Amino acid sequence: MRVLLMGNPNVGKSVVFSRLTGVRVMSSNYPGTTVNYTEGRMKVGDEVVQVIDAPGTYTLDPTCEAEEVALKMLEMGDVVVNVVDATNLERNLFLTLQLLERDVPVVVALNMWDDTAHRGITIDIEKLQEQLGVPVIPTVAVSGQGMKGLVEAIPRARVVRHATRTREERWAAVGSITDSVQIISHRHHTWLERLADATVQPLQGAVIAAVVLAASFAAIRLVGESLVRYVLDPLFNTLWMPVLERLSSALGGQGVLHSVLIGRFVEGAINPVESFGILSSGLYVPLAMVLPYIIAFYLILGVLEDVGYLPRLAVLLDSAMHRIGLHGYAIIPTLLGFGCNVPAVLATRILESRRERFIAATLVSVAIPCASLQAMIVGLVGGFGARYVLLVYGTLLAAWVVLGLILHRLMKGFSPELLIEIPRYRWPLVGPVLAKLWGRVSGYLREALPVILVAIVVINLLYAAGIFDAVTGLFAPAMTRLLGLPGESIPALAIGFLRKDVALALLAPLALTAGQFVVATVVLAMFFPCVATFAVLLRELGLRDTAKATGIMLVTALSAGAILNALL
Amino acid sequence: MFGWLRHQRRFSPEGDIATLRAMKAGQRGVIVEVRGGHNLVERLAALGIRPGKRVLKVSSMLLGGPVTVEVDRAQVAIGSQMAARILVDVSVT
Repeated sequence: MRVLLMGNPNVGKSVVFSRLTGVRVMSSNYPGTTVNYTEGRMKVGDEVVQVIDAPGTYTLDPTCEAEEVALKMLEMGDVVVNVVDATNLERNLFLTLQLLERDVPVVVALNMWDDTAHRGITIDIEKLQEQLGVPVIPTVAVSGQGMKGLVEAIPRARVVRHATRTREERWAAVGSITDSVQIISHRHHTWLERLADATVQPLQGAVIAAVVLAASFAAIRLVGESLVRYVLDPLFNTLWMPVLERLSSALGGQGVLHSVLIGRFVEGAINPVESFGILSSGLYVPLAMVLPYIIAFYLILGVLEDVGYLPRLAVLLDSAMHRIGLHGYAIIPTLLGFGCNVPAVLATRILESRRERFIAATLVSVAIPCASLQAMIVGLVGGFGARYVLLVYGTLLAAWVVLGLILHRLMKGFSPELLIEIPRYRWPLVGPVLAKLWGRVSGYLREALPVILVAIVVINLLYAAGIFDAVTGLFAPAMTRLLGLPGESIPALAIGFLRKDVALALLAPLALTAGQFVVATVVLAMFFPCVATFAVLLRELGLRDTAKATGIMLVTALSAGAILNALL
Repeated sequence: MFGWLRHQRRFSPEGDIATLRAMKAGQRGVIVEVRGGHNLVERLAALGIRPGKRVLKVSSMLLGGPVTVEVDRAQVAIGSQMAARILVDVSVT
């Protein structure tokens, strides 16, 4: 048996799913967090059943990719658990009635039940159950309340098979149901709600946005730097380095095994960044340089997501984003891209048109550096001085804007307007925020760490086999003329296809000038997505558009690199 | 295509009917009509923007940015072109 969770966006389907199956999925306080489906298992009575978490949808007549996914899922479900926001019954019941017109058994979970009381809403559940003809279970997914009752109600799910209604008839039916089961007592706005409204006023909103973004940035730096300085560097230097040194002398300080495990000596000693052994750079780069910033970034992003601030940011930035062919909601994939480009490209599914998805995905791949790359930019480019870091970020921002303006002008079609539900602000709960952080951090460790280790082995083998030298000789003249970079930087750029953090570490021992390092970093950041992003681009955009996007990336990267080289 | 533009001029915020775009922040009213294709009407209706609903305009962004309204005690942001197609009776408060 397959149980399908369906409902409007941002009603807490993913939280219900996590509660039912124990499988952790991303949940945030904005519509469109889930753009794909996730499967899990749970027990109903003695039977183990499959549970599917579908993207949110307002209607069974889809208007964007995420809603299409939801509709396709409907055909797979044997039972539908329709998750409904109890504080907005009227809007939610439209989909409920659409489901009840279909040939599928339905149970309704009346979620966010705890919010109804203080919002002055009373719902007669018995009566609602009677009117709909299917079980209605009040739930509070974030605390787990009502989950047991929901599971017990699944076998009682019923097919009602209402006669098919027109849209107007359905809204009329929704109206008469809500009128008879719901009483809303009028209440005045609290000062907190007034403050909340200020975040979508043009002037106060802009000031608040500037403060929020600056504070987030400062917090990410503080958390990331503190973790490096007070936790990971001391751990690595006092605990791990002695082990490496002993191992190195046990191996006799040379040989194939030594260069794979420990790497080469830099100025007569093991260097955690530049030695390039699996146990030296292979652990130091991902765990002591990148991981702290992954933790810091996702902690702050998680809080912003759960508070519900991001849709407000989308409203504020909408006018500006239209100039580059996107609407404000494209800020969500863009922000996700600062963590990792893979979920960012997936998140473009919340955009309505193919044109917008192409522009958004291309801009993310070109100009949004992921957390791994950023950690290395801060760590290595930062060594030359803060202004070089600013130069890298400034160049990426300029590329984002200029490329967006060009794509918007050249591509056929128009950009649809913004139309989004703005969720209520919520206090972020410590448990869910930490659970989400752990999900993302463990995802990084699971997916990035093996690739980094493989990349380091590959690098060592290619060097040993002399292949890099041959490639370097071939491209070196063009590289030097166009970008002013030495031929030795070519292997680093090539490895950028596997992992950009490793690629930047490969540049470290080359004795580049500050200007050369900036050029190499910018080219590396822009010219090709890493293999994981490339795979997801292929899946989301198809072969032709991915080829187009790749061409754009190459041209943009080389132009930006050449311009920087000429200026520096 | 230009029908709704003419309407917008005729129904000024001083009169009884105003477009959602022309309404002032803090103004209330009841939606009387949503002018647009089937798809637009459907998407707006799903968010509670349909005839007969009471709305409160919360804000509108500068430079033709989106309009934020409150309907059914929940907020929705609507692009200004769409907001210009939504007619509101502002005499009912």
